[in-house]
Amino acid sequence: MGWFSKKKSHIQKRGNDESKSPSSFQRLRKSLEKTRAKISSKFKNIASFRKKIDAGVLEKLEEILLESDVGVVPTTRIIQEIRNAWKSKEIEETSDVYDFLKDKLKQGLKERDVSIRMSSVPPTVIMVTGINGAGKTTSIAKLANLFIKQGMKVMLAASDTFRAAAAEQLDIWSKRIGSDIVKHQTGADPAAVTFDALEACLKRKMDVLIVDTAGRLHTHDNLMNELSKIKRVISKKIENAPHEVLMVLDATTGQNAISQAKLFKRAVDITGIFLSKLDGTAKGGVILGMRDEIDIPVKFIGIGEGAEDIQEFDADKFVDALFD
Amino acid sequence: MFESITGSLDTIFNKLRGKGRLTEENIKDGLREVRIALLEADTNYAVVKDFIQKVTDRAVGDDVIRSVTPGQQIVKIVHDEMESLMGPGDSTIPFVDGGITILMLVGLQGSGKTTTSGKLASLISSKGRRPLLVAADIQRPAAIEQLQVLGKQLNIPVFSEKGVNPVNVCKGAIKFAKANNHDVVILDTAGRLHIDQKLMLELKEINSKVKPTQIYFVCDSMTGQDAVNSAKEFNAQLCLNGVILTKLDGDTRGGAALSIKAVTGKPIKFVGMGEKLDKLEEFHPDRMASRILGMGDVVSLVEKAQKVIDEEDAAKLEKKIKQGSLTLDDFLNQLQQIKRMGPLKEIMGMIPGLGKRMKGMQIDEKQMQNVEAIIHSMTREERIHPDIIEGNRKNRIANGSGTNVLDVSQLLKQFKQMKKMFKQFAGNGGNFMPPEGMAPHDAMKMSRKLRSKRKKVKRKKR
Repeated sequence: MGWFSKKKSHIQKRGNDESKSPSSFQRLRKSLEKTRAKISSKFKNIASFRKKIDAGVLEKLEEILLESDVGVVPTTRIIQEIRNAWKSKEIEETSDVYDFLKDKLKQGLKERDVSIRMSSVPPTVIMVTGINGAGKTTSIAKLANLFIKQGMKVMLAASDTFRAAAAEQLDIWSKRIGSDIVKHQTGADPAAVTFDALEACLKRKMDVLIVDTAGRLHTHDNLMNELSKIKRVISKKIENAPHEVLMVLDATTGQNAISQAKLFKRAVDITGIFLSKLDGTAKGGVILGMRDEIDIPVKFIGIGEGAEDIQEFDADKFVDALFD
Repeated sequence: MFESITGSLDTIFNKLRGKGRLTEENIKDGLREVRIALLEADTNYAVVKDFIQKVTDRAVGDDVIRSVTPGQQIVKIVHDEMESLMGPGDSTIPFVDGGITILMLVGLQGSGKTTTSGKLASLISSKGRRPLLVAADIQRPAAIEQLQVLGKQLNIPVFSEKGVNPVNVCKGAIKFAKANNHDVVILDTAGRLHIDQKLMLELKEINSKVKPTQIYFVCDSMTGQDAVNSAKEFNAQLCLNGVILTKLDGDTRGGAALSIKAVTGKPIKFVGMGEKLDKLEEFHPDRMASRILGMGDVVSLVEKAQKVIDEEDAAKLEKKIKQGSLTLDDFLNQLQQIKRMGPLKEIMGMIPGLGKRMKGMQIDEKQMQNVEAIIHSMTREERIHPDIIEGNRKNRIANGSGTNVLDVSQLLKQFKQMKKMFKQFAGNGGNFMPPEGMAPHDAMKMSRKLRSKRKKVKRKKR
């Protein structure tokens, strides 16, 4: 256990270092470039000919937030807060509004534990869920790679036995990053694959087991029940496991993300969100307003197609990269 | 599908309908709420603005305010405008006469291109053509394998070449199609972000080298405000011919469906309605608008029923009902036909008025399975004469089907009641009794339809 807790602190330290290193911020900034350019240019447009705040400025802000997928309720709340601050003369200049907005958004995302809950006794089991096409398999590869880089032994369980060639896709990744993998035939019982992976994982004394699951729409009850079953199999085999249940969320998703999070939470009690594909345009705005509805922290972000394109979530960095 | 927007729109319209007279102020208040509902549904901001403007212009006119049912008028206006926002519908594929029709699917990662390719191929082959699937996605690991597995399931050949760039794969595929007598080629391209210039160039090169007949943009219906941005960008680079919306079987809010035609001007061709490979449906803007507004979709329901119900069987059944000789086997048959129409939840959602009442309700498909199991555990004799089933037999059936005696008794009782009801119905000269909660004029229409259909069947038999 001693050696492991050392590693644990190493992870956390590494996380902190990373958040300060300019390169990771630059990369995030770059990946959000298009979004940011759109948002800030829109805002600068108003700011350039309106020095003082007025109703028109607030309306424009509302439009910016809505177009970033923040959602109607959170947007209305944030705009109301800005309006109150404006009425009470806390802010007057248009140029101040932007910083005020950023502060509010940062506050909304903070005070959450984003580090991965590692088990004091290995293996740490991480279950990964999400809807079809969210990017589960790629995100798992990134996550596994992160642990491997820290010198841990990682095994993947190819429990997506539904989609054609899902196990092959995971297999290719496992070879690329150098992890173990347990897989069955397509159409096999996903819970059985998981069970075998757990056995193998204990036998081979792995540090981390990451369980892939088939993508499923959160509205299909029978498929969600299957997911609960996989989780029960894990809990039965290893006490307190799975230690993390992550939901992979496509950053282009709109307000449906909230319903996804709610239903996946009900089925398998997800502990965190992996925000994937954060390198296009309007990106992940839905997480800015999500807390009004459901409190699940974003733990990781995926910002590219390579195994290294993963970062721990940092609220300040995220908001700055989005709005600066 | 659409539960959330349908629910909120229904509340708004009910408020409007409840008022005998509408003032301009009432209407504007209502439409302000419609605006919020649309935005919550991820409809594009600009589209919503425009939509509300149009509806307001029509709604505050004298016609509505003086109308006897002003609330109803507004619902109609919203329905019309939604239909024109998403329409006109066009689900035809312009096949090339005597040559090879090339369909190219493009889209973001994870939007469902590969699965849609398979579904499209299946749809096309059911129309008597010979499609060829082409694995032009060499980016994602195992994408080729995925398409090959789908091809095997569908019994449709898949063309792939390893270690060759996508442009050459496509060129090779066309040659292969010519040599092997395929008349449709479906190109499954790699998913990409629309801002990735390198990959965009690759698509453009495929476009200029193989000159696809049609390019379809595959779009995840759960995408937020970005849906239109990516569609616009792909359209600018490739000049799309249509859109295929996927994952509409989730609780998507319909925003993408409402926005994408308005922004790109390209029609929605098909919609993906489930994981199974036959779940690609034609897109009908009017029906979609009805569904969004919670008015159900009777037309699709009837179409679905026609697909699975055999007219001969139906005529036989009718005869049996009239003679009162309905058996449990017939009952089982009916049940299985309903099951073949799709998940119960989906079917019930198409019935007007039922959709919103079902919101959040879990429908237990297991109960249907139980009934099937019970009937399967009966002997032939028992199925024809259920009256002979007494204590011992009930025990055996319950054990055999993994249910309990109570379930068996209940099923028998229900069947008895049903038979009795049918008898009355048959004795009534075949007059149709409308189910509870159905509007009278709808019931009349349905009854007329049923009667004319019966006549048709009879005529056919002679």
